[in-house]
Amino acid sequence: MRWHRLAAIVRKEILQIRRDLPSLLITVAMPLLLMLGFGYGVSFDIRHIPVYVYDRESSQQSQDFLKRFQASEYFNVMKTVDNYQAVIQALDAGACRLAIVIPVNFSEQLKTGGPVSVQALIDATDNNTANVSISYSEAVVQTYNQQIQLEWLQRHGQARLQPPLKVDARTWFNEDLESTANIVPGVVAIIMAVIGSFLTSLTIAREWERGTMEQLVSTPVTPLELMVGKLVPYFVIGLLDTALCAGMAIWWFEVPFRGQWSVFFLSCTLFLIVVLSLGYFVSVVAKSQLAASQAALIATFLPAFLLSGFIYPIDQMPAVIQVTTHLIPARYFMTIIRDVFLKGTSLPLLLDDLLALALFAVLLTILATRAFQKKLS
Amino acid sequence: MTDNDAPPVIVRDLVKRFGDFVAVDRINLEARRGEIVGFLGPNGAGKSTTIRMLCGLLRPTAGQALVAGYDVAREPERVRQRIGYMSQKFSLYNDLRVIENIRFFASLYEVPDSVLKERVSWILDMAGLSGRKSTLTGTLPSGWKQRLALGCAVLHRPPILFLDEPTSGVDPISRRQFWELIHTMAAEGVTVLVTTHYMDEAEYCNRLVLIFQGRIVASGSPTELKQRAMTGELVLVECAPLGLALDLLRQTPDVADAAVFGNALHVVVPEARTMIPRLRTHLSQHGVIVARMEPIRPSLEDVFVSLTAAQGAGGKA
Repeated sequence: MRWHRLAAIVRKEILQIRRDLPSLLITVAMPLLLMLGFGYGVSFDIRHIPVYVYDRESSQQSQDFLKRFQASEYFNVMKTVDNYQAVIQALDAGACRLAIVIPVNFSEQLKTGGPVSVQALIDATDNNTANVSISYSEAVVQTYNQQIQLEWLQRHGQARLQPPLKVDARTWFNEDLESTANIVPGVVAIIMAVIGSFLTSLTIAREWERGTMEQLVSTPVTPLELMVGKLVPYFVIGLLDTALCAGMAIWWFEVPFRGQWSVFFLSCTLFLIVVLSLGYFVSVVAKSQLAASQAALIATFLPAFLLSGFIYPIDQMPAVIQVTTHLIPARYFMTIIRDVFLKGTSLPLLLDDLLALALFAVLLTILATRAFQKKLS
Repeated sequence: MTDNDAPPVIVRDLVKRFGDFVAVDRINLEARRGEIVGFLGPNGAGKSTTIRMLCGLLRPTAGQALVAGYDVAREPERVRQRIGYMSQKFSLYNDLRVIENIRFFASLYEVPDSVLKERVSWILDMAGLSGRKSTLTGTLPSGWKQRLALGCAVLHRPPILFLDEPTSGVDPISRRQFWELIHTMAAEGVTVLVTTHYMDEAEYCNRLVLIFQGRIVASGSPTELKQRAMTGELVLVECAPLGLALDLLRQTPDVADAAVFGNALHVVVPEARTMIPRLRTHLSQHGVIVARMEPIRPSLEDVFVSLTAAQGAGGKA
């Protein structure tokens, strides 16, 4: 590798990038938009489930019970109706996901101590929301039960009775159980994968399309010089984009950053080398900008989204898929970036994942250099 | 490395096949130092394919080519350092400025800093681009682009230069200037291999190689070719209607060949002096009005038509 030629390629790429304003804009706008889109769009928190209420009794006690639904941030009581027909219509139309029906003799039966059934009608087309609706409803009923029992006991002179067993839950790393804290660092990883491979997927294909490759391959430049020379400017852009995304994660989405910047920087460097080389490889093989950019998007986005543990925890996947995820570089980076952000994990504990990334970086750069032939076809 | 007296370009039985298609069929060639060798032939004859193999851009299917003493298939990188190549399509960077293109290729060829400044101004002078250093290359007129491309191809002062249709789409004045540059370089000892389909350009070459259907059908200096290839003399016929006259002439015994050239016919006969009166009468009898009929000196195009016609007939037989 000759320094002179390498520097020439780097300079040339920078000049071309600077003159290509639309592409330059994409490199800033794309991470920004993706960050906002994913940051706000993807959320696993289920809150404000729309609820209809049909109170057949309308007593003080039934109203008192229903107020607990109203008070919960998980439910949003939209409307009180006075017949079944309205309930069914609302569920059909999707106006509510949950309908609570209070029986006619609600307070009377409570007094006699007999079990009272409160009906909950649930739209279970989205099973996840349905499950959450059931457990949240049960939780509301549970606390109401406890209060009634407590009041009964107090009236009978047995004050201050505690439940014998309780869970003392301390949530670590994401104390407020915000899914944003889990998602946003993952989004940073996905954006890096997509942008990184997209940027380089155009470089070689563009030279073929514009015919400049014919002149380039007639010079003594080596495939390694060409690749390194083309990747260096995009590596810098990739790092700037990463900084932009990480900055938004920390200051806009208020995700805690507890790890060491050096570990973060090291892992980002390795991951960028992986995705940039992948994009370059695709560009060499495809020889057309359109085909290359599409292939690069599919090759990085889908695995990073589905198989990296971003949405679906890897240990919940079928065994075969779990094994497959080891071939996805984003999987290792996903672990690292979440741990660095939320747990503040230090280098020794992340060594395995970092080594895996480094291995991919080496393999892909070799693959990309080998794939490029200084020949016309 | 071979000694200095060895020809810079030696081609032995070079073959290139694309699937079943034989693009280049056992070509043999030698080019001397300072010689301008022109590859002449119709589109698809195999000229560009040959040039690309000699530059190490295409792998030969069979045969051998030594350029600057190195085998193009085994040591393409050593070849690349010693050649300049200008492709058919303009292939410098349109989004770079003139000076940026020059500096880029100078660095790729590792032109030392000590001579860089002098080379850059030489290129700018030669291409007439001195006042346009900072112009975006894409906005230059095509003639200037070609000269810049030539400049970038010779930045490292290569002893061998390959030019693939360097003047296509360039106006006649720019073409003339371009060829003057080529001659200057050849005079300094640069060996030039150039493809063209402009017959007038072929006259600028020291030696011509006529390529047809992947094979060399004739080679020699323009004068030699004209003398050797034409068996007989050439007669120019201006007449109307042209089509009828062509048919009549082709049926006439003693007429070796007849072909349309612009708005006239070129007819090959054993002896012009005796044939002209006979042809004139023959044509008039069949209602052709003859405006002009006289012997002319054959052009390269006549030679080319005559040779390719012979090849075509030979191929069919």
